[in-house]
Amino acid sequence: MKVNIPTPLRQYAEKRDAVDVPAKTVGEALSELVARHPDLRKHLYTSDGKLRSFVNVYLNDEDVRYLADKEATIVSDNDSLSIVPSIAGGSTHWRCK
Amino acid sequence: MLKISQPDYAALRKHGEETYPHECCGVLLGKMDDGVRVVKETVRCGNTRSDSPENRYNIDPQELIPAQRKAREQGMDIIGFYHSHPDHPARWSNTDLQEAHWFACSYVITSVEMGIASRTHSFVLAGVGEEDKRFEDENIEVA
Repeated sequence: MKVNIPTPLRQYAEKRDAVDVPAKTVGEALSELVARHPDLRKHLYTSDGKLRSFVNVYLNDEDVRYLADKEATIVSDNDSLSIVPSIAGGSTHWRCK
Repeated sequence: MLKISQPDYAALRKHGEETYPHECCGVLLGKMDDGVRVVKETVRCGNTRSDSPENRYNIDPQELIPAQRKAREQGMDIIGFYHSHPDHPARWSNTDLQEAHWFACSYVITSVEMGIASRTHSFVLAGVGEEDKRFEDENIEVA
């Protein structure tokens, strides 16, 4: 299946915008991705192996966190996985540099 | 440097005026060209922070999926984001930095004072990880 890599993480994946990996589940796809590109690991996972809170993973158009089987969800070669770091912020507590 | 066309620059500033007193937000699609981020298209997004939209913004990742797909199909990348600061300076806040995770991308901020867009500044998220990330000033060239 195809794993889409967001702009800021491509430098850790040989500058590729997508990586094809063999996988039967979402979890296997992510494991294979970091096995092939180990530098991605610290950007995706905490030191205790959990996905970082700001890293969103979508199977096609579905947030994996809301799928019944989460990372154990079965995938096919035609599915695509997208890694999407969160985008947020706001003006509170602004400060001048 | 961030290069952006006058229509796109006007569009992102107008977006901030339209959503005032709430923060607006959107995506910048384009290309990196020899260290210069060149904006080819701006994509408006909704602000999901309905609990505090006047001083917080959040883009639903689901909105990023089609934007990312469109960029890829047209040979572009997501090169940055924009949002507004209603009645606050066009400077990054601690919240902006804490919530920023797209390294080497532009974060464009427009101050909207009493409903009128005033200053617009851009900052690049620099560093190699969460531990050393920082915003650096980025010049904007409007052509």
